[in-house]
Amino acid sequence: MRNYILRRIIQIIPGLIGIIFILFFILELAPGTPVSYMMHPKMTPEQKAELEEKLGLDIPWYKRFINYIKEASKGNLGYSTTHKKPVTKVIGNYAGPTLLLALVSLTISIFIGIPAGIISAVKHHSIIDNILTVMSFIGISIPSFFFGLLLLKAFAVDIQLFPLFGLKDPLLMSDNIFDKIKDITWHLVLPSIVLGLNSTASFMRYTRSSMLEVIKQDYIRTARAKGLKDKTIIYRHAFRNGMIPLITLLGYWIPLLLSGAIVTESIFALPGLGKISVEAAMSRNYPLILGINSMLAILTLIGALVADILYAVADPRIRYD
Amino acid sequence: MAKDKTNNYIRNQSYWGQVLYRLRINKMAMISLYILIVIIALCIIVPIISPYEIQTTNLSGKDQKPNSRHLLGTDLIGRDIFTRLFYAGRISLGIALATVAIECVIGVVLGSLSGFYGGIIDSIIMRITEMFMSFPFMIICITVVAVFGNSIPNLIFVLAILGWTNIARIVRGQILILREMEYMEACEALGISDVRRMFKHLLPNVSAYVIVYATLGMASVILVETSLSFLGLGVSPPTPTWGNMIQEARNILIIQQKWWYWIPPGTAIFISVMCFNILGDGIRDALDPKMMR
Repeated sequence: MRNYILRRIIQIIPGLIGIIFILFFILELAPGTPVSYMMHPKMTPEQKAELEEKLGLDIPWYKRFINYIKEASKGNLGYSTTHKKPVTKVIGNYAGPTLLLALVSLTISIFIGIPAGIISAVKHHSIIDNILTVMSFIGISIPSFFFGLLLLKAFAVDIQLFPLFGLKDPLLMSDNIFDKIKDITWHLVLPSIVLGLNSTASFMRYTRSSMLEVIKQDYIRTARAKGLKDKTIIYRHAFRNGMIPLITLLGYWIPLLLSGAIVTESIFALPGLGKISVEAAMSRNYPLILGINSMLAILTLIGALVADILYAVADPRIRYD
Repeated sequence: MAKDKTNNYIRNQSYWGQVLYRLRINKMAMISLYILIVIIALCIIVPIISPYEIQTTNLSGKDQKPNSRHLLGTDLIGRDIFTRLFYAGRISLGIALATVAIECVIGVVLGSLSGFYGGIIDSIIMRITEMFMSFPFMIICITVVAVFGNSIPNLIFVLAILGWTNIARIVRGQILILREMEYMEACEALGISDVRRMFKHLLPNVSAYVIVYATLGMASVILVETSLSFLGLGVSPPTPTWGNMIQEARNILIIQQKWWYWIPPGTAIFISVMCFNILGDGIRDALDPKMMR
């Protein structure tokens, strides 16, 4: 097991280098350079060349790629000219709201989606199952920006229950830590619902189909024949096997959540990674684009690794040697 | 008795006949199919049924509530929202269709090569697939669209390049199963060429799964494209898409008071995505041989 984990961690590195390589390639293929965006119309070609040299754009891209990998392995992801800070600092400053949002909505989805899926599977073809199935279809189909705007209209404009935008109330003068927490929580309610809806519905669907599969199996019939209580059968015998496919899903969920966070942050004007990644792409801030992408890629690859390990923990039949 | 009769009926049908039969008795899927047909038909015939041109502005008749002359009202510069909605549908659905078609080509080619030849080819293709799956999808989309420009072909290209992995994986999985079947051994014994075995004997059996994932793919591509347009990174106005129609209405006053600006395109996205999802699920259920019992 330990060897397996070590091997997988080592395998992450080529994957990551591959992703950065493709990004370098895309950025190289793109017409123009970041300089053409920063350029002043009156700039002389010499000044332009000087700026290119300053940004390190005068050397060929494969050399820049090798340099980037070398520096990145030391923890230096470059310098963001728009923020006048190192990229790692910029990401650190904006990661908080995004991670908080992702974590809250993931928790909501797990605690609502999985039980709803189990109920739906246990009461297969009942009215509850039908209602939950329709709701899950709505959940996976409604575009998050539309749902977000509907919620904004209903709960922030029509009845002014929740704040409209942002993460903190700029007028809040209190230094009391509880007031601050309450303020942030209040601001995060609608965004978390918007980001959480889609995952809740997906988790429900996966749980339902996986539980239905398990419930059909012979050992469940044996358990029934032995006269075990329905609750014991579902929660002790079926649940554990039914959850195995979901563990893999969770590993791949991280990139989806973060992609969703971009749209959600845009609707509610939250200062998070989504906001700076759109800005970075628009202003062609190459170091920041590369930094955010590599960070998300690392998170994704680690997520897949953790999923594989948990897979073995949940299912003793799986052995990695 | 009645059950025996339907069972016999199913048995006497061809494979596709059986699938169609099982799809036809699924009410939700059939309703979704009909709704989609209506939406697509309206998008096609909108120039005929609408008295308004797509870009006609009419400042004297701007900002009207839905009424008998303008079914969904008009916008800030007097364009008819009903007309724009279905022109936007052409773009949104067209992009989705083109993207899914390219995804299918890439996915089927790579998936079948991977499943058919196995070994080193399989490992290379699967590593590439995993790499594409771990891309932070939305951010790469944003980056590519921002640096290459947001023309419609660019958008289709990016969405297809990032989205073929599901189809490739499902095709590979199915071909791995089919390859071990006896009829493939017979093919090999008869000395049928690789190409013929692949196209004549393997791919037709996989096509059903490709249809399922293509239908579900339509749903997800519509969602991603409209999200990009909503962020201002998709198709740029004045060409309408469902996403940028909502983007244009992103103003708290409009959201509060002028529902007809943004609720119709939002609903259009929602309904078509939902119908594609339900239909895709329905086809998958119809294909599932476990239902035959």
